[in-house]
Amino acid sequence: MSADVHTSADYIKHHLQNLTYGKLPAGYERADGQTLQADTWTIAHSSQEAKDMGFWAVNVDTLGFSIVLGALFLFFFAKAARTATAGIPAGLQNFVEWIVEFVDSSVRGSFSGRNPLIAPLALTIFIWIFLMNLMDLVPIDWLPGLASALGVPYLKIVPTTDPNATFGMAIAVFFLVLYYSIKMKGVGGFVGELTLQPFGKWGMPANLLLEGVNLIAKPVSLALRLFGNMYAGEMIFILIAIMFAGGAVLFLTGGVLQWAWAVFHILIITLQAFIFMTLTIVYMDMAHQEHH
Amino acid sequence: MNINLTLIGQSITFAIFVWFCMKFVWPPIVSALDARRKQIADGLAAADRGKHELELAARKSAESLHEAKQKAADIIGQAEKRAAQIIDEAKSAAKVEGDRQIAAAQAEIDQEIHRARESLREQVATLVVAGAEKVLRREVDAKAHGDLLEAIKNEL
Repeated sequence: MSADVHTSADYIKHHLQNLTYGKLPAGYERADGQTLQADTWTIAHSSQEAKDMGFWAVNVDTLGFSIVLGALFLFFFAKAARTATAGIPAGLQNFVEWIVEFVDSSVRGSFSGRNPLIAPLALTIFIWIFLMNLMDLVPIDWLPGLASALGVPYLKIVPTTDPNATFGMAIAVFFLVLYYSIKMKGVGGFVGELTLQPFGKWGMPANLLLEGVNLIAKPVSLALRLFGNMYAGEMIFILIAIMFAGGAVLFLTGGVLQWAWAVFHILIITLQAFIFMTLTIVYMDMAHQEHH
Repeated sequence: MNINLTLIGQSITFAIFVWFCMKFVWPPIVSALDARRKQIADGLAAADRGKHELELAARKSAESLHEAKQKAADIIGQAEKRAAQIIDEAKSAAKVEGDRQIAAAQAEIDQEIHRARESLREQVATLVVAGAEKVLRREVDAKAHGDLLEAIKNEL
């Protein structure tokens, strides 16, 4: 029984570990007991190794899957865009136009300024995040199982369950917010917005604290909301997958549960992509608006 | 689940994707959509115009039909009037001709009567002379009694 718990915990941990490529210092004792003679760039073979690689390491699976999915998205959309005609649309163009119009109406509804960046930004966010989230519906052992058969120690196929991915996008959005805030309102206007409200100029420290929290909360909430939802969803899939090993009754229950959770998850993955997109539009709109 | 370089990599990837989307994906699709919207609007406007023109044409055709009917009625009226006139003219001409012929016939008849009377008178005169000759058993000098005979002839 104790051994069973141990393997379940291992199973979960294994599924939550990214495939990390980074540098281990000389003299480091690796997971298999070897001691490194020199600094080595390598793939981490345990969570501890991944952690010890520090900041200068990359999650190969996160980057790989996100780039492949993003490229897939851009490939199909660019293909539709290249052949787009004003005539009767068919097939791919129909589908792409449907999404573009949906995003366009969302942008028109929430964004009052004029900026040619916003709509493509929203489209990229929506489709890319949706595709990354969609990887969650692939049965969780398929690709990692294939990978370990090929000798790859870890594989996490849902990039949005890696905080690096969600924070990466949220930080990019945050920089755009800062850039357009300063571009539209000037440095003085932006600083004024941060320090002169809500309490007027005598409450400057309190203003800065409140507005600073308000500003920082934007990227943090964006990133954590997406990460949290996807991480929790993935965790539930993992827990359901553990049931498969527990005999016929649990296997069947697990099958039903996995199906039900996957159906429910279709809603979540779309919703999270939509929320990320909408909030980005709203934040960009706030950055473009003059308050005073 | 460590924060590492992936964060920056993801940001850069994201930026590149957004740039690509903004450059090569969004504008052609949106311009195609706009062009189609314009086409549809133009088509609807053309349809409206066509409808209006049809209405106009219908009204015009009704008008010209009405006009043609009126004209036809006028022509028929005129023709009838003209026919009546011609008939009247013909009637009066026939009457004049008839009168003329009647007059001529009358004149001829009168002439005939006159001639007949003349010849009758001649014959009567001759008969009278002959009778008188017989009565008198002598020759009447026609030359000597010419005046007398003439007077008798005129009395007849």
